[in-house]
Amino acid sequence: MLSRTADHLYWMSRQIERSESLARMLDAHYRHSLLPHTPDVVARDWRATLSSLDVLDPYLERHGEVRPQSAFHFLAFDRDHDGSIVSCLRQARENARAVRGTITSEMWETLNATWLDIRRYEPEAPDSDIGAFLEWVRYRAHLSRGVTLGTMLRDEAFRFTRIGTFLEGADATARMLLALARPGLPPADEPAGPDAYAWTLLLRSLSAFEVYRKVYRDAVTPWRVTELLVLRDDLPRSLHRCMNEVHENLRAVGNGQSAETERRAGALQSAFRYGRLEQLLAPGLDVFLAGFLEQGRDLGWRIAQDFLVPATTY
Amino acid sequence: MTVLPYDEMLLPDGSHRGHYRGYGDWLGRQSADRLARRRAEADSLFHRVGITFAVYGEDEGTERLIPFDVVPRILPADDWQRLEAGLRQRVRALNAFIGDVYHGQDILRAGVIPPELILCNVQYRPEMQGIDVPGGIYAHIAGIDVVRAGDGEFHVLEDNLRVPSGVSYMLENRKMMMRLFPELFARHSVAPVEHYPDVLLENLRSVAPVGVADPVVALLTPGAHNSAYFEHAFLAQQMGVELVEGQDLFVRDDAVYMRTTSGPRRVDVIYRRMDDDFIDPLAFRPDSMLGVPGLLSVYRAGRVTIANAIGTGIADDKSIYPYVPEMIRFYLDEQPLLANVPTFILRRPDDLAYTLAHLAELVVKEVHGAGGYGMLIGPAASREELAAFRERILANPEGYIAQPTLALSTCPTFVEAGLAPRHIDLRPYVLSGREITIVPGGLTRVALRAGSLVVNSSQGGGTKDTWVLER
Repeated sequence: MLSRTADHLYWMSRQIERSESLARMLDAHYRHSLLPHTPDVVARDWRATLSSLDVLDPYLERHGEVRPQSAFHFLAFDRDHDGSIVSCLRQARENARAVRGTITSEMWETLNATWLDIRRYEPEAPDSDIGAFLEWVRYRAHLSRGVTLGTMLRDEAFRFTRIGTFLEGADATARMLLALARPGLPPADEPAGPDAYAWTLLLRSLSAFEVYRKVYRDAVTPWRVTELLVLRDDLPRSLHRCMNEVHENLRAVGNGQSAETERRAGALQSAFRYGRLEQLLAPGLDVFLAGFLEQGRDLGWRIAQDFLVPATTY
Repeated sequence: MTVLPYDEMLLPDGSHRGHYRGYGDWLGRQSADRLARRRAEADSLFHRVGITFAVYGEDEGTERLIPFDVVPRILPADDWQRLEAGLRQRVRALNAFIGDVYHGQDILRAGVIPPELILCNVQYRPEMQGIDVPGGIYAHIAGIDVVRAGDGEFHVLEDNLRVPSGVSYMLENRKMMMRLFPELFARHSVAPVEHYPDVLLENLRSVAPVGVADPVVALLTPGAHNSAYFEHAFLAQQMGVELVEGQDLFVRDDAVYMRTTSGPRRVDVIYRRMDDDFIDPLAFRPDSMLGVPGLLSVYRAGRVTIANAIGTGIADDKSIYPYVPEMIRFYLDEQPLLANVPTFILRRPDDLAYTLAHLAELVVKEVHGAGGYGMLIGPAASREELAAFRERILANPEGYIAQPTLALSTCPTFVEAGLAPRHIDLRPYVLSGREITIVPGGLTRVALRAGSLVVNSSQGGGTKDTWVLER
């Protein structure tokens, strides 16, 4: 397939995934905000979220100080911020439009309809409702994924959408964990004092709360939540599970120059498969996650070099 | 204009023409409300599917719908047979003409067409001189604009031989009609059009360079911001070929390749949807970011086919149009089956004088214009517009032709006020390869404003489904 087509597909699926992850993060905040808090706790949480997304500086440049309403707008509706939900959905639709001959009509129509319908939820809209909006974004992502799985030929194009989806999924899970990590420390293995509710919310916003109960049948502890989200290979959004998918799909599309990229993805996957959580987290949860995010970036860059823009090097 | 225009559906006494009888009965039983609901349904479906086009001069990325009318344009079998024969004849002559222009130029030496009209024309491509193309076919895809004038006879208004567009609307309009009014198709034997992409692919493969056993076809688009991008993507998908942009192709060792995730892949036939000027920055416009550097040299070596060929513009230029009937006599030794619209050639002093004296009755067109731009419709123009156009003509008479304002035929159309007659034309698509194929019908365009004669989608025109009845 065309390198440019693969590039559009890869980014299309990343952006769908990202819009969903953002909706999940904002949903956690939204629920959290319904509890009684002092303003500085609220500001601290938003600050942690913005910096886990690497957008604290651009945010501060535009808005000066961290305030819940402007932070929410920045991450959900800001059309000038490429990392907002609205921007992600626009870019996903633009990418889909560029390859509408390659994806199925139903995939294109789903993404196009999402983009056309988003106006109903924007803040200026009369019946704008934050909770309904975030749920809608999640369900549109479910629909996009379902349509992809349900209609697309299992060819190279499909593989590239999967690589984008899972690389982005792993990235999002790592960032959501990072927002709760304490510098230099592994997560505690006891019911988590003042942050307890935040860890529960993290599970809920990843649709993993019920799974947690089923697996552990015990109180929520940061250690177990981390174990679940990092090592379980049967939890759809865990790092382990996502890397399995990235590695498998990379192998399926491998070409003459991608051996090193496959090796790195495989090494990362093996670390989750055979590694011990004690070892992985020894330097601190934040250090581990920062390292993982860096390796994810490296994979993304290498995939681009090997498949998406080799264009200029022939 | 005193002549009442020919109405496709109704006889002067208000009764239905034979081929509209069944439809007319059905239509009489439909409430305006139901038609309005159906039309709204069509609009929302077209939006959802993204069947949109960009309008030049508006914000980048602005997308609009081409209005779709729910009343079909119906052609009886015998009308279509006459039309089809005429179209075949015309396109055969046009291809022979282009081949002659780029080889022996017999028609110029015979004095049928003034040589300077060809050789000084910006659409003439000296790069093509002496180059042989597969099968001698230049215009593989032709969109011939046909109108019915006052008496109901067909006239050819324009030959579109460069990158004619609109065929996706022919296909989507049919799909939409079948969805909105399935009952109508059970009662009429409407000739199918759905196989157009298959025929197009077969046609493109049949003109691959000699010796290529299993030719690879690609559709070259200027990109997602082009006004016809939907059609490019649609046709590529329907044919199952790659939709490529210039940056996806490159030339190496006298061959054209696509850049793919598994390395370079050879391309044999390029169905290009951009003008000559943009196709190869080394040969034509050096500032073109859309084309493929070196493509022309591979083409000239006969190692890739470009459809339509480079240089076909010479035959769709409006200054050449008046000579098409002569071409038919010259190359085919036949009498033209389809008439031209009588045309005044303003480089001729007599024609110029007549035109200037009758400007308010005539339609004046720029010879290199397309898409309804740069055109004067005398009867609809204000005194200031007429004066301004007169100056433009006098400054450059060679740049214009003039035609009488035709009473284009009308077809009932569902507008705000209900059913009302609106002027229409027809663009059938003629495919030339190993043989000539025409999918029955084509795209009917309709001028939605009352009295307007401009059907171009860029100027507020809409479209209708076109039915050719099989019996």
